[in-house]
Amino acid sequence: MATGFDPSGRLPDIFLNTGTSSFTQFLSAAAPELLPGRRPLPPGLSAGDVAPHGTTIVAIATAEGVVMAGDRRATMGNLIASRDIKKVHPADAYSLIGIAGTAGIGIELIRLFQVELEHYEKTEGAMLSLDGKANRLAAMVRGNLGAAMQGLAVVPLFAGFDLAPADPARAGRIFSFDVAGGLYEETGYEAIGSGSLFAKAALKKRYREGVGTEDAIRLAVEALYDAADDDTATGGPDLTRKIYPVVMTATANGTNRLSDAEVTAVAEQVVSGRMENPGG
Amino acid sequence: MAMQFYASPEQVQRDRSEYARKGIARGRSAVVLSYEGGILLVAENITTLRKISEIYDRIAFAAVGRYNEFENLRRAGVRMADMVGLTYDRRDVTGRALANAYTQTLGAIFSETQKPYEVEICIAQVGASPEQDELYRIMYDGSALDEPGFMAMGGQAEAISNVLRERHDVNADLPSALALAAEALGSVGGENGQPRTLEAKQLEVAVLDRRRAGRTFRRIADAALTSLLGHQSVPDADLGETDAAPPAHGDSKPTESAASENTESAAPEKSAESE
Repeated sequence: MATGFDPSGRLPDIFLNTGTSSFTQFLSAAAPELLPGRRPLPPGLSAGDVAPHGTTIVAIATAEGVVMAGDRRATMGNLIASRDIKKVHPADAYSLIGIAGTAGIGIELIRLFQVELEHYEKTEGAMLSLDGKANRLAAMVRGNLGAAMQGLAVVPLFAGFDLAPADPARAGRIFSFDVAGGLYEETGYEAIGSGSLFAKAALKKRYREGVGTEDAIRLAVEALYDAADDDTATGGPDLTRKIYPVVMTATANGTNRLSDAEVTAVAEQVVSGRMENPGG
Repeated sequence: MAMQFYASPEQVQRDRSEYARKGIARGRSAVVLSYEGGILLVAENITTLRKISEIYDRIAFAAVGRYNEFENLRRAGVRMADMVGLTYDRRDVTGRALANAYTQTLGAIFSETQKPYEVEICIAQVGASPEQDELYRIMYDGSALDEPGFMAMGGQAEAISNVLRERHDVNADLPSALALAAEALGSVGGENGQPRTLEAKQLEVAVLDRRRAGRTFRRIADAALTSLLGHQSVPDADLGETDAAPPAHGDSKPTESAASENTESAAPEKSAESE
């Protein structure tokens, strides 16, 4: 039985109050223990070393929308905790979310954010604006600040196709966050995580405004390759196990995860290109 | 001080039932029926206030009666479904659990409060085949019925049901199912008992599409509804999106949850942008 339910089986009053269309606000009243950031943590300890960490995510604004890609590695100290973790997910039909930092908190944040967006859509019969979605996510990151101070930090990257953009040429938009819940809109491209310095350096040289989706996918995989080259916590294309980055797009047609075959083709091109010219 | 007059419990219940039934009978009706591709929900509704909506991946809600009351119940249902889905898994949200919560809630409201809710609601859950569809009718007093195949709600539900009973076929396609639903709704309320022909703008239509993975609820409106009413079939892509989102051109993918990977593999076609 889910928490917050009345033993008589009838819906508790809090379910029937007109209240809010925000699912997290509803949960904070009906079942606060389900919210991340509401859990008491032991004082003074740093939990950072005991939980797997996810690393590099890149997002690129294209002529048609956005591309987001993430490597597959999760690390725990100097160990590889997972070789095939997925750190990029659809947030709803037109937006994408990637996470870097404590993997467990990040995945919980994604699940809750997905429910938050869908819940609003169902109760209101209208989708939140892209800025509205980004603001909700910022508030959720802010709620995790206490845990972040104790080493369980998570920072998302949010990107999506804006259905009502101020500038139609810039319908693909990217938002980054800091652990305190600060929200920043990025132009062109952005990367987060421990490999982000290298990924951003690669993108800085190669990104052009109005890049097509196909080229942006290639750029994203190249940037992840560069991040993996210099950052031990970022995994490169794993040719042995056939594990390649998760690449997703959000355009006017909605979100799409590239199939294994499509990503494999791009990753193999990138790897073979680097065989001839390691500097890219 | 005013004198309290005695009324027997039977009398009180009868009065409340009569009151609720009268309230429901004032509004227009709705029908829900299984067809080959899913479950079709049709309400006669000329306003933009919705009588039919999505609750969860495979579950929809339809109601007749007093708007503020069923809207309240609808929101409560969405909250319950989302909370169960978050606590456990998306697959653990069931129409039956929702129907149970609604019967308990409406039953308590009916017996404990002065004024019963003037609503009749349907919880529809689409299955892999029409035999696995579940339709629950929940009345103002909390009584619940599991109605296989089809159901009609509202003031003249009995007359509408009679039309459906004669002609309903779970293997019908969407245009025929919609034609039957529109005809059934139009069979009552005409002048001198004459049947009416309902047009697209008088109907609110949605389906739970059993072939889709993830969120199966789709609203059908405007051009797609007009051509369906004209017995033309409409490509899947032209059916509306889930609430709020504009119609998608490619195959719309289900929103994949970080914890339920299984929904993803069911998204088959490539979208246009990867070509």
